[in-house]
Amino acid sequence: MGHISLRQITKSFGDVDVIRPLDLEIRDGEFIVFVGPSGCGKSTLLRLIAGLEDVSSGTIEIDGRDATEVPPAKRGLAMVFQSYALYPHMSVRKNIAFPLKMAGLDKAEIERRVTDAARVLNLSDYLDRRPGQLSGGQRQRVAIGRAIVREPAAFLFDEPLSNLDAALRVNMRLEISELHNSLETTMIYVTHDQIEAMTMADRIVVLQAGRIEQVGTPLELYAQPRNLFVAGFIGSPKMNFIEGAEAKKHDAHTLGIRPEHMALSTTDGAWKGKVSVSEHLGSDTFLHVQTEGLGTLTARADGEFPVRHGDTVWLTPQTDKLHRFDAEGLALR
Amino acid sequence: MARSASSRRKLGMTLFAWAIGILIFFPVLWTVLTSFKTEAEAIASPPSFLLFDWTLENYVEVQERSNYFRHFWNSVVISLGSTVLGLVIAIPAAWSMAFVPAKRTKDVLMWMLSTKMLPPVGVLIPIYLIFRNLGLLDTVGGLVIVLMLINLPIIIWMLFTYFREIPGEILEAARMDGAGLKAEIIHVLTPMAVPGIASTMLLNIILAWNEAFWTLNLTAAKAAPLTAFIASYSSPEGLFYAKLSAASTMAIAPILILGWFSQKQLVRGLTFGAVK
Repeated sequence: MGHISLRQITKSFGDVDVIRPLDLEIRDGEFIVFVGPSGCGKSTLLRLIAGLEDVSSGTIEIDGRDATEVPPAKRGLAMVFQSYALYPHMSVRKNIAFPLKMAGLDKAEIERRVTDAARVLNLSDYLDRRPGQLSGGQRQRVAIGRAIVREPAAFLFDEPLSNLDAALRVNMRLEISELHNSLETTMIYVTHDQIEAMTMADRIVVLQAGRIEQVGTPLELYAQPRNLFVAGFIGSPKMNFIEGAEAKKHDAHTLGIRPEHMALSTTDGAWKGKVSVSEHLGSDTFLHVQTEGLGTLTARADGEFPVRHGDTVWLTPQTDKLHRFDAEGLALR
Repeated sequence: MARSASSRRKLGMTLFAWAIGILIFFPVLWTVLTSFKTEAEAIASPPSFLLFDWTLENYVEVQERSNYFRHFWNSVVISLGSTVLGLVIAIPAAWSMAFVPAKRTKDVLMWMLSTKMLPPVGVLIPIYLIFRNLGLLDTVGGLVIVLMLINLPIIIWMLFTYFREIPGEILEAARMDGAGLKAEIIHVLTPMAVPGIASTMLLNIILAWNEAFWTLNLTAAKAAPLTAFIASYSSPEGLFYAKLSAASTMAIAPILILGWFSQKQLVRGLTFGAVK
């Protein structure tokens, strides 16, 4: 079980409000991702749930039980840290066994669970090594092993992949997703990487300045962003925003269109512009187009789209994919 | 050409370092050599360096006249006792300052260090009177307390800088893994801090062993450690350089040997945190 409810929780450090009054329901078995720019309070929110920080006000319930004042050791949650936070003086085996030892399990049971976890995480050959003798990916797996042996109510991940190189990050992303599928335990995952958020999450919580901007499935956030911040934060390259006369034509203060939702032509279309930079990625081409009157727009084209710096192109937005925002930045439906 | 210039500079630096090293070591060497001379040779001018009649008579006489082992034992008890007592107080103090710092933690640390800047003689009279009134004069217990207090700021500072290098996330991980405060200290904090605690302990033993101001002023005979043993050869009977040297050699030998074997640990402890 791992149902977590946050009710009106706040956190201030001195005069700084890091988390403003915030409500959130995390359902049992859900993979939820907190995403947002640095300093948005996502890690603090995770640490509040873990109990490593005390809330300034509000309540945290875990499986219907008020856990606001419960120390981290007693919340039944497991955490994987960005720095792995392995015990350097203990072997891999002892690292993984540590939470079980603390829980007072007998030796045979500890040995069984450690062996199981090591097998699942491909660590069987490294059990007698120290963390210092392992690669980054292996250390991360030990940290995950230490979390899963306890069979916690929920897993908390604090940017667990940010210290790994790009290729390893993709692998570990898949491994964590597979782990979630097989364990079906609640996972709360903090990241600033929206690709991790989009690919792993059942639901994403977008945070900014200690406030929840939107909660929804990855595709909901992509298709129906509630405001300008979410619209700009989710999606890569980010959504183009157009203000002024062109937005007025659509009864909006700001118009949003994603790079992949514009048709490109070298002969005619709605908005004319000059290509300032074209980025050929093989599968796609991203064009940064200096338009007449609309500023620079980014557009996505096929990998083989034949344009170069200085060429003239026309962009035509798909009208059903236009996002309209009012003067406060809220989406108009 | 460039290579030979740089190797010449290296040679120059090496010679310079050796010269400084010998300069510092020479008094100790001279004391040891003098301890093997007769009193006449000890004051001979010009002095002989190695070519003299080596003798052990000074050592025999020193041991006959005053009980070396009683002083030695006092030194051991005082330096170990003050160190252990100091660690018992300093470890929790340094923990709390390193891991749960408050607004004034830095100020408290500075204040503690500032007490080391006061000349000890400035508080000699009050401390002497307190010791007299409490009946602590010339007691081993009294010296343990006073040396512990004198070195406490240094112990706390050393442990504090050492503990601060332990990543907080590891302690948080232990908390998440179900460890209470006690388990956290026993299973995670202490094993990680052992090198730091060990070098602090070593340095403090050496400082306490060599401390001469308080040990001379607050003792007479019963609790006198090796510093008093050396001092007893300096004045009352005139200057007996050879015997004085023998007494000094016997007093510094144990701590020199300890320092020699633990120098790696000491250097690491003292430079910890200086280089990342």
